[in-house]
Amino acid sequence: MTATATTDHVRRAAATSPAAAPPQRTSRRRPSTPLNPRRSVPLTLVTGLVLVYTLLPLGWLVINSTKNQRDLVTSFGLWFGEDVNFWDNVSRTLTYDDGVFVRWLLNTLFYVLAGAGGATVLAVLGGYALAKYDFPGRKAVFAVVIGAVAIPGTALAVPTFLMFSGMGLTNTPWAVIIPSLISPFGLYLMWVFASEAVPDELLEAARIDGSGELRTFFRIALPLLMPGTITVLLFSMVATWNNYFLPLIMIKDPDWYPLTLGLNAWNAQAQTAGGEAVFDLIITGSLLTIAPIVVIFLLLQRYWQSGLSAGSVKE
Amino acid sequence: MRTKNTRRFLGAVATACVLALGASACGSSSDDGSGADKEDIANALKQGGKVTVWAWEPTLKKVAADFEKKYPKVDIELVNAGTNDKQYTALQNALAAGSGAPDVAQVEYYALGQFVFGKSVVDLARYGARDHDRAFSAGPSSAVRAGGSTWAMPMDSGPMALFYNQKLFDKHHIKVPTTWDEYVEAARALRKADPKVYITNDMGDAGATTSLIWQAGGRPYKASDTKVSVDFTDAGVKTYTNTWQRLLDERLVAPVSSWSDEWYKGLADGTIATLAIGAWMPANFSSGVASASGDWRVAPLPQWEKGKTISAENGGSSLVMTKDAQKKELAYAFIEYATTGEGATSRVAQGAFPATVADLESPAFLEQKFPYFGGQQANKIFAASARNVASGWSYLPYQVYANSIFNDTAGKSYVSGLPLEKGLAAWQQASVKYGKDQGFTVNE
Repeated sequence: MTATATTDHVRRAAATSPAAAPPQRTSRRRPSTPLNPRRSVPLTLVTGLVLVYTLLPLGWLVINSTKNQRDLVTSFGLWFGEDVNFWDNVSRTLTYDDGVFVRWLLNTLFYVLAGAGGATVLAVLGGYALAKYDFPGRKAVFAVVIGAVAIPGTALAVPTFLMFSGMGLTNTPWAVIIPSLISPFGLYLMWVFASEAVPDELLEAARIDGSGELRTFFRIALPLLMPGTITVLLFSMVATWNNYFLPLIMIKDPDWYPLTLGLNAWNAQAQTAGGEAVFDLIITGSLLTIAPIVVIFLLLQRYWQSGLSAGSVKE
Repeated sequence: MRTKNTRRFLGAVATACVLALGASACGSSSDDGSGADKEDIANALKQGGKVTVWAWEPTLKKVAADFEKKYPKVDIELVNAGTNDKQYTALQNALAAGSGAPDVAQVEYYALGQFVFGKSVVDLARYGARDHDRAFSAGPSSAVRAGGSTWAMPMDSGPMALFYNQKLFDKHHIKVPTTWDEYVEAARALRKADPKVYITNDMGDAGATTSLIWQAGGRPYKASDTKVSVDFTDAGVKTYTNTWQRLLDERLVAPVSSWSDEWYKGLADGTIATLAIGAWMPANFSSGVASASGDWRVAPLPQWEKGKTISAENGGSSLVMTKDAQKKELAYAFIEYATTGEGATSRVAQGAFPATVADLESPAFLEQKFPYFGGQQANKIFAASARNVASGWSYLPYQVYANSIFNDTAGKSYVSGLPLEKGLAAWQQASVKYGKDQGFTVNE
């Protein structure tokens, strides 16, 4: 009984939803293909669950960013408190402690621009060179890059710290930017992408027409590499934006903190004698911290989606 | 191999002279200069320079600004390099590396031993710190001194008191406990009246446990040179475990970690009824638990024996001068300013709890009314507690580490049925082992 009711309900819902394919009796026999997908109730349910699971923390963050410290500890977590303090919270987050949050935001932007931007440039140049030029030791480079992909950045953090400490670079922005410039995964991705997206014939034609290597790269290869470049840029931007461990061990001066460390410092403040508990500002700050990343993802998603699938089918 | 070297190193240090807090260590032998007199310090202030201070204490900001205003040539760079043990790790690393250490650092009393033992801090007696010996109350004063040396100057203190939710006690017609036996009874009564209410929270907190053992007369740690003893079987410890075991057995304490957001929530919504904690707590109450304003009151710390007035310290921190300090006279001048006189008064005005007798005894301080506590003059209770702190307590020279393993050892007593006595024995064992690995002579 219940089972039938549920199926009926889902079928009806499916029929009324705008994107639904017209109900077909034959659908049972027809195989599901990408161009003609078949509805699957269990799959929809699982996807729905995953969607809720993914959006719940975000929803919690948005709801709680409207509460002040008082409502945070007294009201139910997944619903609004007595007052809506969102704009007040935002302005307090930006001005608290002499506006240090803005400073952390600018630091993060700087690290992302210099670190992730630089990492992308290096990955594109390196990936293209490795894909399109034959030179002795290429296999060795391949082995090193693949090996480097397998080593988590966290494992390298302490040796990197010791090295940078020896060079007197700790507690400076360089200690965050220089390690961020190296992205073995980005290099590998660009390498694979470049070998598929830039036909050798095109490069040969360019050479025959008398174009120099640099000019060929910038005028012919680079536009073809755009989707891959955007993908790598996006990945390294997110990685640098969210980086916590590297700045944690490298930087002691709060003036050079990225947002991740700064928010953690505010959190630690609630755990000390005489420290002010500012959970409301931490939550609002977290929302402000993820907002730019969400915007960047939405703006760049169509590029990187096409980038990911490039080279996956042999034409 | 490493242990052997460490031992040799410690041996050398020991012969030179090492502190033991609360024990009689030898006099300080000046190994890096003979200090400075008032004239040198005044000259240094005239000349100016930069002093880097690592501290997380919020009231120091104004103190640094005031100091710069008073001595325009001096630049105080206040850096929050992390809170408690995070800062100690950073400080330890910087001192070991020989570069990047600040001139002045905030160090809590329980952690001071580690830096004194490692010869990482400068004896402030050489710069005139002894002039202020009588300025500080007994607890903090003995915490920073050993033999003829003064290793730090007290910033604040944490004489303990009982914070309780009066609304809750009134609602269920329960008397506020004056002894720990009454405390257990009150816990039962509260729980009976409302199953959601717990007398307090405890998931295992090394600082709180050692403080209550301190009040109960237990002296588990003894340290003298490289000889250390850890003994959690004395009568005072037993007094504590007997009572606390009853609370744990009958599930009368909330399974909530202190300082978590759940804790703040429990204090706000009346599910955690009391806290036996340091006198610095009012600032945390008014910022973190603003919604319960008016519900809470302060009472003297419950006693282990009826009619006594014994208290203990919980928390509190000091300022040290690191061995790498560049301009030592300037560093001392700032420490002195921040911990005594104008600096201390400014910090008390901002909500810090004083370590200075003058501030503790000033009528303005004693008669201050706390709107949060329904207008109660809570400082009178805190000040009395500060006078009644039991003497003779000492921490381990590696207390930061010992506290960090509390939850892995004794902590089991709070989450499973392991008796507290056995939990503390496990903590003792782990502390002894670590001490031996570090080259100390422990329990021999």
